[in-house]
Amino acid sequence: MARRVPVQTRIGFTILAWAIALLLFSPILWTLVTAFKTEAEAIASPPTFLPQTWTLDNFGAVQDRSDYVKHATNSIIVSVGSTLLGLLIAIPAAWSMAFAPSKRTKDILMWMLSTKMMPAVGVLIPIYLIFRDLRLLDTVHGLTLIMTLINLPIIIWMLYTYFKEIPVDILEAARMDGAELWNEIRHVLVPMAVPGIASTLLLNVILAWNEAFWTITLTSGRAGTLTAFISSFSSPQGLFLAKLSAASLLAIAPILLLGWFSQKQLVRGLTFGAVK
Amino acid sequence: MTAKTLFAGALLLALTGTASAQTLTIATVNNGDMIRMQGLSDQFTEETGIELNWVVLEENTLRQNVTTDIATNGGQYDIMTIGTYEAPIWAKQGWLKPLDTLSADANYDVDDILPAIRGGLSLDGKLYAAPFYGESSFIMYRTDLMEKAGLTMPDAPTWEFIGEAARAMTDRANDINGICLRGKAGWGENMAFLTAMSNSFGARWFDENWQPQFNTPQWKETLDTYLSLMADAGPAGASSNGFNENLTLFQQGKCGMWIDATVAASFVTNPNDSTVADKVGFAQAPDTGLGKRGNWLWAWSLAIPASSQNAEAAEQFIGWATSKDYLATVAEAEGWANVPPGTRTSLYENPDYQAAAPFAAMTLASIDSADPTAPTVDPVPYTGVQFVAIPEFAGIGTNVGQLFSAALAGQMSADDALAQAQEATTRDMTRAGYIK
Repeated sequence: MARRVPVQTRIGFTILAWAIALLLFSPILWTLVTAFKTEAEAIASPPTFLPQTWTLDNFGAVQDRSDYVKHATNSIIVSVGSTLLGLLIAIPAAWSMAFAPSKRTKDILMWMLSTKMMPAVGVLIPIYLIFRDLRLLDTVHGLTLIMTLINLPIIIWMLYTYFKEIPVDILEAARMDGAELWNEIRHVLVPMAVPGIASTLLLNVILAWNEAFWTITLTSGRAGTLTAFISSFSSPQGLFLAKLSAASLLAIAPILLLGWFSQKQLVRGLTFGAVK
Repeated sequence: MTAKTLFAGALLLALTGTASAQTLTIATVNNGDMIRMQGLSDQFTEETGIELNWVVLEENTLRQNVTTDIATNGGQYDIMTIGTYEAPIWAKQGWLKPLDTLSADANYDVDDILPAIRGGLSLDGKLYAAPFYGESSFIMYRTDLMEKAGLTMPDAPTWEFIGEAARAMTDRANDINGICLRGKAGWGENMAFLTAMSNSFGARWFDENWQPQFNTPQWKETLDTYLSLMADAGPAGASSNGFNENLTLFQQGKCGMWIDATVAASFVTNPNDSTVADKVGFAQAPDTGLGKRGNWLWAWSLAIPASSQNAEAAEQFIGWATSKDYLATVAEAEGWANVPPGTRTSLYENPDYQAAAPFAAMTLASIDSADPTAPTVDPVPYTGVQFVAIPEFAGIGTNVGQLFSAALAGQMSADDALAQAQEATTRDMTRAGYIK
């Protein structure tokens, strides 16, 4: 039975929650309104909140200058491709760690996580050299590969925590019925873990979509994703804030929509395992 | 197992990757003249059959990417956009191919390039980058406010006159600041302005033995003049103002004078953006009678990295983009006022250009008076007018810029800022091995 919470406390928390949410949302909101201002108004001091005259010129200018569709296509291929490739590797890996652990499983998990602790620029030169020699610089498949490798630890960790929640007895029952390993994973484990896999997939698509360091460093035009697209609208001389905002808005729109439609899955995925 | 599979996968993917032969990859920054070139470059492709692949990046990202690529011999780029700061340093490292074919081409006429700019892009007499557009800095001022203050701006004023005029033009009640200057910290922000200004006061970054000079009376006078001028006649919150912020202030009629890049002249006189377009006059950057003026020199230029596989085609493109014919092409398509300025003598002799750009003569005088090979009153071991052309300068210049910006914001005194600048620069230069 739920605990009784006094009305004042409830109101207080609601206001607090709204305040924090607004604070977190404010940069996106600011980008949104700036995208519809003129360049002069975008930099005006004191700043205006809502545009005095709403204009769509910035979006036109952005489209004139750059190829949004090409960059968006690259973003989709890289983020979805790297996530699917990652899942292909991570599902068997997480299975073995969750259901057939060895003495070293915990260490391996920690080691994988530790690769995320080093700043990316620390391995920039080795990766760049490998990419140069394998002719992967400025290719979409090279980018997909690096994105898979970067996010693999997170994918495995997320799936591992999910799989741990699944009673091992069910898998054993399948084994008793004569299911082979592959069938066990494919027909028993995966269907039960679909919510977990789905939220892992969504989160990793978002992570890969927003990744900027590698996508900008390893590409030069052909394989550029939307993060490279945004970067091209900053200018050393002359006004650019409104156009930069318009470009940013175009770049985050697809992922914002994806997040909107899948927020239930995402929240469930991120809080899974919190209630044991 | 996983690693093996991945490697095999990578190899497979690598084998399917293809590289097309005659496509040039050009890395550039986002500014008006470059974007215009991108638009007109179809003509080059039509004439030569060479395809172009453009990479537009933010200035600092461009520097980082291009440096990574050059240092690892990556070969991602065939042409890169660099400034007068990078050109001599990178040339010295052997990272750039000299533009020998162009220099020998009579049609290209390398002698037509403005001598100051050419000097800044050369090493040991060889041209390593071709200027796409060049700029100096000068004074833009409001003719109406100057008249109201009862003063007349000379073509080449002194700092004393600028101080007097700025204080006379200031009208706090009507939100008019006598002078707007850069205050935002950064080697290419406030330090570009202050280093150039210090040259006119006889100051220098280093003596002939690379000893920092912030403890000299010349630097003290530079910083004191700057700070008191900004306190008496500068805008509020100036320590966060860079080029764009001051441009906006000036266009909105809130500055009596503004000393900044000559390229701003076309922005402040453009009636579409500027409320004061018909009331702007130009003058050379101020001096103190010591023989150097407080103006800088910069040129966004095109260079070929040593790692490029398409050097020949790349030089062909650079020849096209920085030629006299290109200037004529832009003039035909968009008018003489939109031609990239500051690279060729012939442009400034062109009566059509002189008519379309009233600031042309003053721009040329400013570029001519900046000498990157002898920037200061006393001799120095470095080249560069508003920077010191050594790799360490970006870091050191930004450190000092933060101290001076803090002094402008009133967080520390001028003496403290100079003392700390001296200490920090001495430490960094010792570490880098310039000072034993």
